[in-house]
Amino acid sequence: MGAYILRRLLESALILLGITLVTFVLLYLVPADPARQIAGRSATAETVANIRDQLGLNDPLFVQYGRYLWNLAQGDMGRSYLQRAEVADLIAARLPASLLLMLSAIVTELIIGLTIGVVAALRRNRPMDHSLMIFSFVSISAPQFVIGILLLYVFAVKLAWFPIGGYGTAAHFVLPSLTLGLLGAGWYSRMMRSSMIDVLSQDFVRTARAKGLAKVRIVTRHVIPNAILPIIAMIGIDIGLFMSGIVVVESVFGWPGIGQLAWQAIQRIDIPVIMGVTMVSAAAIVIGNLLADLAAPLIDPRIKTK
Amino acid sequence: MSAKDDTGRGGRRPVLSVRDLTVQVATEAGAKTVLDGLSFDLVAGETLALAGESGSGKSMTALAIMGLLPKPMARITSGAIRLGETELTTLDEANYRRIRSARIAMIFQEPMTSLNPLMRVETQLCEVLLEHGICARGEAPARALRLLQDVRLTEPERRLKQYPHELSGGMRQRVMIAMALACEPEVLIADEPTTALDVTVQAEILDLVRTLQREHGTAVLMITHDMGVVAEMADRVVVLRAGREEEQAPVRDLFAAPRTDYARALLAAVPRLGTASARPERAEARKVVEVDDLSVRFDLAGGLLNRTVARVHAVENVSFHIHAGETLALVGESGCGKSTIGKALMGLVPWQGSIRVDGVQTGGRSRAAMRPVLRDIQMVFQDPGASLDARMPVGAQVTEPMRVHGLVAGSELGDRAEWLFRRVGLSPDMLRRYPHEFSGGQRQRICIARALSLGPKVIVADESVSALDVSVQAQVLDLLRELQEADGLAYLFISHDMAVVEGVADRVMVMRLGQVMEEGPRDAVLRDPRHPYTRRLLAAVPVPDPTRARPPIPDTAGIEAASPIFPVGRGPARVALEEARPGHRVARAT
Repeated sequence: MGAYILRRLLESALILLGITLVTFVLLYLVPADPARQIAGRSATAETVANIRDQLGLNDPLFVQYGRYLWNLAQGDMGRSYLQRAEVADLIAARLPASLLLMLSAIVTELIIGLTIGVVAALRRNRPMDHSLMIFSFVSISAPQFVIGILLLYVFAVKLAWFPIGGYGTAAHFVLPSLTLGLLGAGWYSRMMRSSMIDVLSQDFVRTARAKGLAKVRIVTRHVIPNAILPIIAMIGIDIGLFMSGIVVVESVFGWPGIGQLAWQAIQRIDIPVIMGVTMVSAAAIVIGNLLADLAAPLIDPRIKTK
Repeated sequence: MSAKDDTGRGGRRPVLSVRDLTVQVATEAGAKTVLDGLSFDLVAGETLALAGESGSGKSMTALAIMGLLPKPMARITSGAIRLGETELTTLDEANYRRIRSARIAMIFQEPMTSLNPLMRVETQLCEVLLEHGICARGEAPARALRLLQDVRLTEPERRLKQYPHELSGGMRQRVMIAMALACEPEVLIADEPTTALDVTVQAEILDLVRTLQREHGTAVLMITHDMGVVAEMADRVVVLRAGREEEQAPVRDLFAAPRTDYARALLAAVPRLGTASARPERAEARKVVEVDDLSVRFDLAGGLLNRTVARVHAVENVSFHIHAGETLALVGESGCGKSTIGKALMGLVPWQGSIRVDGVQTGGRSRAAMRPVLRDIQMVFQDPGASLDARMPVGAQVTEPMRVHGLVAGSELGDRAEWLFRRVGLSPDMLRRYPHEFSGGQRQRICIARALSLGPKVIVADESVSALDVSVQAQVLDLLRELQEADGLAYLFISHDMAVVEGVADRVMVMRLGQVMEEGPRDAVLRDPRHPYTRRLLAAVPVPDPTRARPPIPDTAGIEAASPIFPVGRGPARVALEEARPGHRVARAT
């Protein structure tokens, strides 16, 4: 078990290294000049050249990348070009808000998605099943910024049940979590439904019925735990989707998280910040996957972590 | 004594009484009657066998009695099922639930999938006890332990804490039986309880059911396709065919003098060990398969660097040969490596040693270089339904090997397909149909036609008739025999069924844990076995004759526990073969 985690962590480090390389090369190739962004439109060509020189942007790609890695190895993610602050500090200040939002969104999507999936499977091919599947289809198809604005308009502006934006109380979490979670809820409801239908036809469910167990017990103890197994692996992968959603949702709701930070940085080619946010999200995805893989054998005794 | 006189059993009231039971299943073409006016009685302490081939309605009967018919597709349209004083057909779900397991319990065919893989054995046992209020929550674990002791499970304390995947098939079936008997039901329905098990395990499970039945006076409804099991277990038999009763009789009467043609034909088709006719004499032919020191090992990875930490020694130093026109049967229990040998011959698993097919060394070849070899050796698998592509017309599937090998093209393909179809006894006008339009036996004929399309010299038949009903099985075996006589085909016939093997084999090779235990001419190995393992296998085969009791199986201690998995650098002790008589090699007893 210990060896397994260690091996996975080493693998994860390699993956992150690969991600730094890909991101760095992509940013290098972007046809925009960070120095011009920093200097402003009215700055002279000489000023811009000076800034380029200062930031080492004239060095060859591999020198720049090597320098970045060397600093990163020492825990230094660099300084923001525009905000005059350490990238690590910028991220540290905003990460908790994003993580909390992500956590509450995951809980939201699982509660909604799994419940719908279970109910739809148990009412298979009946009107209830059909209407739930239409709902899930809509929630998968609708763009998140549309859902976000719609929720804002109805529940914050018109009904005034929840605050329009910002961060602080539990009430602030409701609409952003819903916006972020609805998409996943749609996916999970469909996956859970088909997984449930699959498990319902398994021999051991017939055995459970032959034992004379109550339906509630059959569903909660025999069907759902087995049906949920394929979903667990999905949750780990899902964090990647969240990261892209979080950029949109944080903008709509003015959520002070790393999504906003990333959005600003991308608009102005603030390379150290983009790199930092990418690294943090990549790490989140890798850790999410690792956690999902570690959770699987806790639920399924047939899987051994080797 | 007629069947009618027998049902009363000296005036004793039946515990279960089925009258004119009719079940219909909704299909796209309308309602289809799958059970038609079935009637029988079951008296305490007796075993009634429901025997019949697939589609005869045996399992439907069991599910109807349990109230577990798949709703809403299947329903009871008329008839009555009485359990003591309770009429079951009109019972509501809540009351039915109180009867299941408490008064009628059921064990199923597939012990591998019939237990919840995520729940410990203890929980699965306790939940029955608690659901039916047999004991208080605190007493349940102790009671579960006693149930496991009752079914003679080894190390019952440890088993309670284990998950199903940690148990062998036989152990799981014992757990199923323990669960079924937890509430001391009046009726036990056993639906093909041993079909998925090895013969020696089957013999043990059948013994167990008999013993428990004697101890508890349970009435057993035994559902089986295996006339050997019927002969061994049943007091009376109902022979079913297409949902109708063909014949109902005490077991001895049925086997001695079946009254209906169908029952007669069914019994005649049952392969019986020790009755096979002599194999035709063959002139000494050339060797088409020569295998020397074949080993197949699968790596198990683990540790920090994911290196190989252990190996499954699936096949160890096996040598054999097959002559043209000869059938070598490979027998042994599940996991003994017999199928792996078939796969190695086809180049489907990595192996070490030497394999020559028609004189050509097949080792170290790339996939492309393996192709010409595959023209000479083809395979027919166990499940004809799963080994055909559901979305390709069968004609195209039969000719696909010829197209892939570039042997035949254009209009000639159609002619070849017709010829192949006639060869295997199918009508050429079926060529454009899809696999689901054929019966199991026809599908296996299609698979054989596909294997024949390249004109092979050897066919590896891996359990090729195991999934078929006995009457169909006999026809397919006849076809294989005809093809062999006509073309001089050699077969590697892999099977667990000793009676079938006796009917087709020239020579028999017995395997255990990847090594050969005994090998020789059929009559020598099957009628005068020298190795204790072969004797044990043969003794466990149920005898389809109720007047002959099966001899007790020789002691089996330690055999189930052996495993072919060894740490890297170690391996099983190599078994040395000695010649007991010319051509008959036997592993030296250890």
